[in-house]
Amino acid sequence: MPTISRAEVAHLARLARLAVTEEELDLFASQLEVILTSVARVGEVAAADIPPTSHAVGLTDVFRADVTRPGLTQQQALSGAYATEDGRFRVPRILDES
Amino acid sequence: MTRLTRWSAAELAARIHAQDITAVEVTRAHLDRITAVDPALHAFLHLDAPAALAAAAAVDDGLRRGDPPASPLAGVPLAIKDVFTTIDMPTTCGSRTLQGWRPPYDATVTRKLRAAGVVIVGKTNMDEFAMGSSTENSAYGPTRNPWDLDRVPGGSGGGSAAAVAAFEVPLAVGTDTGGSIRQPSAVTGTVGVKPTYGGVSRYGLVAFSSSLDQGGPVARTVLDAALLHEVIGGYDPLDSTSIDAPVPPVVQAARAGAAGDLTGIRVGVVSQFGGDGYQPGVLNAFEVAVSRLRELGAQVVEVSCPSFDHALPAYYLIAPSECSSNLARFDGMRYGLRVGDDGNRSAEEVMALTREAGFGPEVKRRIMLGTYALSAGYYDAYYGQAQKVRTLIIRDFAAAFERVDVLVSPTTPTTAFRIGERVDDPLAMYLSDLCTIPANLAGNAALSVPAGLSDDDGLPVGLQVMAPALADDRAYRVAAAYEVARDGAEGGPLAQRVPDLEVVGR
Repeated sequence: MPTISRAEVAHLARLARLAVTEEELDLFASQLEVILTSVARVGEVAAADIPPTSHAVGLTDVFRADVTRPGLTQQQALSGAYATEDGRFRVPRILDES
Repeated sequence: MTRLTRWSAAELAARIHAQDITAVEVTRAHLDRITAVDPALHAFLHLDAPAALAAAAAVDDGLRRGDPPASPLAGVPLAIKDVFTTIDMPTTCGSRTLQGWRPPYDATVTRKLRAAGVVIVGKTNMDEFAMGSSTENSAYGPTRNPWDLDRVPGGSGGGSAAAVAAFEVPLAVGTDTGGSIRQPSAVTGTVGVKPTYGGVSRYGLVAFSSSLDQGGPVARTVLDAALLHEVIGGYDPLDSTSIDAPVPPVVQAARAGAAGDLTGIRVGVVSQFGGDGYQPGVLNAFEVAVSRLRELGAQVVEVSCPSFDHALPAYYLIAPSECSSNLARFDGMRYGLRVGDDGNRSAEEVMALTREAGFGPEVKRRIMLGTYALSAGYYDAYYGQAQKVRTLIIRDFAAAFERVDVLVSPTTPTTAFRIGERVDDPLAMYLSDLCTIPANLAGNAALSVPAGLSDDDGLPVGLQVMAPALADDRAYRVAAAYEVARDGAEGGPLAQRVPDLEVVGR
């Protein structure tokens, strides 16, 4: 039976880029444990020699002709941006400068 | 004039195309109905009356000029689940993250509806990013069930189902990842169809779980659903998982089924879907439905699909895993919400603050669950094993469809539950999808058709009909025959028995 600690939830939240609150850590730790215990039942299925299915339809690479086709204009692409500068997305600093 | 809202899409289209009534009159009647009842229901997140009336007027103008209608549904009003992009209306997915977001492009489904002359009146409420079974996970408040305003309309597409059930629109579009079209249809007394995976383009459908998501029709009659299916279905080069094959002949099948003869059709009752955990009134309604199928000439047998018992846990590993990956796009950088950008914080800090503020509890739970299931050390035991179970479910369907033409079950184990009843118990909520999930995992076609009212609480029950991949027409044929028999036996369509929500004294 899987157990999941507060510290593990904090780690998952970090991986998932979620700045969860202290209260959420407690709530999600208990809820995720209940859910994981339930879904862990898939492990009871004897499936060692069963191939996995990632997709219901047989997927193969899909190609298209290498020709230009209309896409978004720069203005359209930027239309939902929180901030723009010089016709580009303006984002917070990426590198740690401290 | 409000009575126009009681007509089916097929009837409305016929009258509009014959120029007995105008598309503008029809649209106005539905907009009036929305004004009257939506304050109580909250099925819509966005309405665009001027655009709807303009689209309707364009249909009328064309007909007056003598142009043939653009499609069998030209001039008929419709609502779109707020998960399909629309260039002229916000697309929020029921999330704060996308509050007010105006997409720079139309989904293929949206584009096809416009080209078909269908009148888009607005966008419907949904569980955030389609994660939920009650529409309570919407950041904009719950939608209520027109059969009982204290109850949920199902989810995630509760807005589309409630809007159709309450005669706000005759048609709506939904999406079904684990039952989000069929389960709301079951609990609101409407018809909801999950087409074969790949049958309706996902281009412009904001992704939750890409290998499972599928758009489909919501209607009050099987024929109306089929007419909409043919408008939105078909190959789309913009969706790499789109099936390059003709849309199955679902309209023809619905018309053939309405003749009320199922002689020679083999129907399998899934033995796994019944017993403990199922509401007695739901099981009783299902038994009556199965005996009607028998009376229609179908040969009914019981079919065991043992792997279906593992479908729910497999789904709640696969869907969250795909969701944790898909929702990584909501990073606050290019569109949508951004929080905490004070000039000092890094992009990574802003991203984490934005996602924390923008997502509701269920979305966060699923993202973390998926992150866990995909983690090194757990991958094989969880995600890998779930994918193997998926194979076993596909095999169970294949074996079943060698013996029978369609499978049937209740659509969902209970009738509509009360608002608030399951919000703090995610697992109880997940059980709503018990019977609908196998068809998502296997990718085949499945629908829910009203099966009367439960004898213990008087609320709608759905009959689920499942057909093999690309044999969507089979499910339509059986559902249409059943619909005619049920309506005949009960003195009219179930959908017409919904309580009138008009404010008293108006």
